[in-house]
Amino acid sequence: MRLDWGNPDRPNSYIGRSVPRPNAARLVEGRGRYVDDIVLPRMLHVAFVRSPHAHARILRIATDEAQSAKGVRRVFTGADLCDVCSPWVAVLAHLKGIKSAPQHPIAVERATWTGEPVAAVVAETRAAAEDGAALVDVDYEVLPAVVDMETALDPATPLIHPDLGDNLTFQRLHEKGDVDAIFSAASHVVEATFRTGRHTGVCLEPRSILAEWNPGERQLTVYHSTQAPHMMQSVLAKHLDLPESRVRVICGDVGGSYGIKVHVYPDEVATAAIARVMGRPIKFIADRTESFATDIHARDHRITGRIAVDENGKILAIDIDDLTGIGPYSVYPRTSAIEGNQVVNLCGGPYDFQTYRAQTTVVLQNKTPTCQYRAVGHPIACAVTEGLVDMAAEKVGLDPVEMRRRNLIADDAYPYTSAAGMKFEALSHHRSLEKLVALMDYKGLRAEQAQLRERGVYRGIGIASFIELTNPSPFMYGIGGARISAQDGCTVRMDPDGSVVALSGVTEQGQGTEAILAQIVAEAVGVEVGEVRIITGDTQTTPYGGGTWASRGAGIGGEAALQAGLALRANILEVAGAMLQAKADTLDIRAGRIVDSNGGIERMDLAELGRIVYFRGDTLPRELSREMVATRHYITSEYAFAFTNGVQASWLEVDVETGFVKLLKHWCVEDCGRIINPMLVDEQIRGGIVQGIGGALYEECLYDGDGQLLNANMADYLVPMAAEMPDMVVGHVETPTAESALGAKGAGEAGTAGAPGAVMNGINDALRPLGARLTEMPFTPERVLRALGKLTK
Amino acid sequence: MNAEGMFRRQVEVALTVNGEPVEARVDAGKHLVDFLRLDLGLTGSHAGCEHGVCGACTIRVNGEIVRGCLVLTAQLDGAEVWTVEGVSETGEMRALQDAFVQRNALQCGFCTPGMLFAAAELVERGGRPSREEIREHMSGNYCRCTGYEAIIDAIEQVTSDQEGAR
Repeated sequence: MRLDWGNPDRPNSYIGRSVPRPNAARLVEGRGRYVDDIVLPRMLHVAFVRSPHAHARILRIATDEAQSAKGVRRVFTGADLCDVCSPWVAVLAHLKGIKSAPQHPIAVERATWTGEPVAAVVAETRAAAEDGAALVDVDYEVLPAVVDMETALDPATPLIHPDLGDNLTFQRLHEKGDVDAIFSAASHVVEATFRTGRHTGVCLEPRSILAEWNPGERQLTVYHSTQAPHMMQSVLAKHLDLPESRVRVICGDVGGSYGIKVHVYPDEVATAAIARVMGRPIKFIADRTESFATDIHARDHRITGRIAVDENGKILAIDIDDLTGIGPYSVYPRTSAIEGNQVVNLCGGPYDFQTYRAQTTVVLQNKTPTCQYRAVGHPIACAVTEGLVDMAAEKVGLDPVEMRRRNLIADDAYPYTSAAGMKFEALSHHRSLEKLVALMDYKGLRAEQAQLRERGVYRGIGIASFIELTNPSPFMYGIGGARISAQDGCTVRMDPDGSVVALSGVTEQGQGTEAILAQIVAEAVGVEVGEVRIITGDTQTTPYGGGTWASRGAGIGGEAALQAGLALRANILEVAGAMLQAKADTLDIRAGRIVDSNGGIERMDLAELGRIVYFRGDTLPRELSREMVATRHYITSEYAFAFTNGVQASWLEVDVETGFVKLLKHWCVEDCGRIINPMLVDEQIRGGIVQGIGGALYEECLYDGDGQLLNANMADYLVPMAAEMPDMVVGHVETPTAESALGAKGAGEAGTAGAPGAVMNGINDALRPLGARLTEMPFTPERVLRALGKLTK
Repeated sequence: MNAEGMFRRQVEVALTVNGEPVEARVDAGKHLVDFLRLDLGLTGSHAGCEHGVCGACTIRVNGEIVRGCLVLTAQLDGAEVWTVEGVSETGEMRALQDAFVQRNALQCGFCTPGMLFAAAELVERGGRPSREEIREHMSGNYCRCTGYEAIIDAIEQVTSDQEGAR
């Protein structure tokens, strides 16, 4: 059956409407259930002793005093867990040459970053565990730390893992066309070096896990604040040497994740291992300092880029050299090479050119490990590309919007394969740009800008076009050997009262997954949205799936829900046809009632159908199938990824005396295909933009020369707050993917992908008359004043 | 060193929480948010940073909003404490809560109880604050999901409805 998308008055038309989220009502009453809210009988708490050194040999760990402290039940060192938990090595087969060292849940011989766990103290309360941890006495031999990624590969630099032979984790060079020839012949070449600051997600709910081993069932149950329950099930089973079927991961409410909670953390695995050893529930909740020092960091890149254009501003070639420092280990199981790899894949992404060279070099250092954080690599690639495009426009003498009109891939050029080899099914760069220009009154703002400049007020407009990778296929992780599902499933069933329950493998972290699944299922089956309950986040009950990452919830999980809902609808209509002695295809389900397709006359409601199926099955024909449940799975196959596109604009003012940047307004027009819930998409875009702004203006994990993290608290690590953020106007173009019936692509990362580039271009546009240019994020007042030459020391 | 005698490790307090009398013997160093969460099972207040910055533990004590992670329970003998669970029962924040749901002014919900207490303080002042004033007032509470705009919209809706009704 086909849904008549074009008709907003079609029956059960929940797809495309701004329905409030069903789980929001309990969250505003404080009735969420986050991991730390769960208390189990005989539960103990674990606190970790963490390395105060960036690199040190562990000589001796004295645990006696801690062991005998009040409330302490047991102390574990790395060696104590070696027999119950195997180490892991985070590599993927399709990332050629990637290497990393075995990583243990608790450091065994050496600590390799400040914050790495070196011992665990289990006690009756968290407070007692922390007091006990303070009594563990560790003798360290401090080793030289590798801090600067620029010198990580120098022969004189010590090796973090001597067995690896060097500090190089991964390197990839992509080359298409004769790059050097184009650059030497081009009318104009511009070049710049960009830096993106190492930052982190700062989930308001810290990482949290509660693990319980039941010896009677030989089952490990883990309550986990995670984005990928099935992946965690697989990882815990493998490294604790349990059958996957004997590990159950339950994920209730999650207090923010943004990619931070999709990785394997040593302290969390240690918690599960300790629960296995002690046979008692063990809870670990990271505190804020631990979060800063041990949540993955991201975006620590130095990128040198150049762009060649002809005399009309047409882009001829782009050349990128990316260097990133990822800490001492590639992070399991997704690896820490993906971000650099994405920089290679995505630079120049919106533009029509075919000569391209990009290299990423991924090196080890003694800092917190980095890995995939919201919009992985996109904000870097977008800022570098858009920075270069603006510089080229200036060189040629073109307005930034006109420069983009001349170079964005034409809307009728699809399918299109980019110079980086990315395949685009259908994008809408030009329609998006024109919509943005109209929304923001570009001409009006330019006029205002010119007037204000005469009065010494420096305002700027920054434009950033972007692409976003969503709906990943197994080409992202599966082909590399990781047990991370690109497929997702949904089971939809009708209960006797006519209500519908849907169980899905994608998860909810606040973005509204459960709301959009309810809308899709309601429309597919033909019931009111309030009659659909959604269950996610339990590996023992939901269909197998990947969870939520790479903006896959709506596009992958949504399609599975749509197909499962349609299958249930067909099953229901078959039964209804038998009951009403009508052909199934002359009947329909609307708002929970069986009706005649023509005319809509009500024949029976679903509760009556449910009563007969479940309690008076004897009255139905014996051969009639009466499956009031259907399961469907979905995986993308034609395209490795469903790319989305969009364009952002930032309108801001730079105070040239203080260096402060004031954001005045922000616009985003994006195309995520079929929109299921416009309000939720807009809020994903807005939240994403603000996280991107954080990286552009405020957020940076600062280290000293010894590898000490200097600002591991919320007072010193700045994030965007309400007073500094602008209002954001969000517009849409809808180009559904033809791969699925639903047509939805992802929307969770577009905001973050484009915002830093837009803000950077806005600042540089504001300062252009003063000859200043900034390319190092975050754009702090100090850096602005330095660029203006007002700070020279 | 044993500090016994210099100060008491445990302190007895009698207070009201959400209108109900509570008597307890608490560790002298126990913060209010831990007391509420661990001793009373009131898990609606969240500990986000434990040093008074993020605002997730914002609750009301004796009519004023405070950071639950900066207040010691031992200080609260005779105090009147309200948490999100209590004000949800009395219904006094219903308009704000409804506006937050309608406008999707929350995503993960972790900051929301604290946000509501901060917002309620502004709403109770009356008047029709500008968006800038609302943003300024809410700038002590972190939200990492929404980008704040929906929160500002929801509060603006409630303050303007309230003024309109006068």
